[in-house]
Amino acid sequence: MEILNLSIKEIHKGLIEKKFSAKEVVEVFLERIERQNSKLNAFLEVFSKEAKEEAEKIDKAILSGEKISLLGGIPCAIKDNILVKGKRCTAGSKILENYIATYDATVVKKLKKEGAIILGKTNMDEFAMGSSGEHSAFGETKNPNNLEYVPGGSSSGSAAAVSAKMCVFALGSDTGGSVRQPASFCGIVGLKPTYGAVSRFGLIAMASSLDQIGLFARNVEDTEIVFLAIKGKDKRDATSWEKEEEKEIPPTKMRIGIPRECFGQGIQKEVIEGFKEAVFLLEKEKIQIEEIEIPSLQYGVACYYIVMPSEVSSNLARYDGIKYGKSREEAENLMELYCKTRAEFLGEEVKRRIMLGTYCLSAGYYEAYYLRAQKVRTKIANDFKETFQKVDLILTSTSPTLSFKFKEKLEDPLSMYMADYLTVPVNLAGLPAISLPFKEINNLPFGVQAIAPPFCEKKLFNFGKFFEKLC
Amino acid sequence: MLKREEVKHVAKLARIELSEKEIQKMQKELAKILDYVEQLKEVDIENLEPTTHSTLIKNVFRKDTPLIYQESEKLIEVAPQKEERFIKTKPVLK
Repeated sequence: MEILNLSIKEIHKGLIEKKFSAKEVVEVFLERIERQNSKLNAFLEVFSKEAKEEAEKIDKAILSGEKISLLGGIPCAIKDNILVKGKRCTAGSKILENYIATYDATVVKKLKKEGAIILGKTNMDEFAMGSSGEHSAFGETKNPNNLEYVPGGSSSGSAAAVSAKMCVFALGSDTGGSVRQPASFCGIVGLKPTYGAVSRFGLIAMASSLDQIGLFARNVEDTEIVFLAIKGKDKRDATSWEKEEEKEIPPTKMRIGIPRECFGQGIQKEVIEGFKEAVFLLEKEKIQIEEIEIPSLQYGVACYYIVMPSEVSSNLARYDGIKYGKSREEAENLMELYCKTRAEFLGEEVKRRIMLGTYCLSAGYYEAYYLRAQKVRTKIANDFKETFQKVDLILTSTSPTLSFKFKEKLEDPLSMYMADYLTVPVNLAGLPAISLPFKEINNLPFGVQAIAPPFCEKKLFNFGKFFEKLC
Repeated sequence: MLKREEVKHVAKLARIELSEKEIQKMQKELAKILDYVEQLKEVDIENLEPTTHSTLIKNVFRKDTPLIYQESEKLIEVAPQKEERFIKTKPVLK
């Protein structure tokens, strides 16, 4: 039995039946990290000592006959924009290179309480801005499936770590597709919960009306277990919320909507072919498939690239060289301190988005850009709501393209932004969605995305479990 | 292309010093993105309210009770410049 390949429930069973100890499990994964990380650059920091100590505590608990939770002793990784007390939290940026978190994010607190073992912090595009992992200030992460290709982003390290079996699951964040797209590129499951379903207290803010903590795992069952552990209302995040799902539908009774836009302009030929195959598989199982049209989907990227940078420009104003982080202390005056600090320690993509957002919010442009985008956002949300009157789930390919080579899109920001084409509308509408690995095309993983109405994650899991059996 | 002066003005608002090369690049790149988002003009937004948050929650109230934060020393510790228990900065008033 290879521990690296086990699911959460299988590890749990092995632990309580004393087939192996939590320390052994942790050591197997640490050794894997040791061997893989120099070529993948998925982890920015590994907590070997603490991880082993925590595992020993779990082993003691088991020996003394205590009941441990499903996540007790399960090794995981945390994206480096989520705070772990006493540890560096860089968000992939030079400006936070020396920043030490003074508290645990709520999700981290919850995982620790369950006994999950945090192996380390994972690499990411700076401040979660990027779709390839190339925008990290600490070097790019490689795709474990093919080292010449990007792992996707911005949760590049978390996706690569789970895909390369360096941990059982990993937390990420998804503002426009930053969990689902890398999950698709790396051949694993990626969940973006409903806006508000998981507390964001302790997540470094990028675009607050869109940000959501999500997670990666290698199967749907594991994904569900972790989601149930981290979800829930938190008094420290006023946007967090809890709601019972209305009714459960068995996957075979679900009506699945396929937007015509999935076969249209901007979608790579191979992706269309792969997606058709997935739909065909479902039809063979007599699942009710309905072709639908969501015309406002095509405006998602344009809408997103106004709303998101506007919020970014405001949220990132806090990196001023005064309260924390790096600083150009030799500046002559306050203005110079701000401008020089931000010039030196923020990366190119981050500067571009701050500039874009500042432009959109500046005097004379607010109505033409920001206000209009917010109204288009309402239209997109309304269109989804209407569609869910007719279908239970919407299915698309996760990304309009397969993974691409390093540097392929780096010099053309707009083409990089188009990687979010099928994922951003979901964030704009605040819906839950899951990326499920389907197959490999030209040796590159390819995933499909299922989208559900708000707080209907259970539908995604039920469908996901059904779908993964077909693959 | 955005005007050079326009980019410089926005950079000042954003508190980012840009090199000559960066200004030229931003002139082109920002214009390209702004051109792309022009398509939002095709959408009929008549009678639509703006969405600020994609949640149905309205106001979330709580009692305004002060709590003592145990780790305040550490918050001060991470500041780049400090003096005793104060975070230090350049003069605000001349």
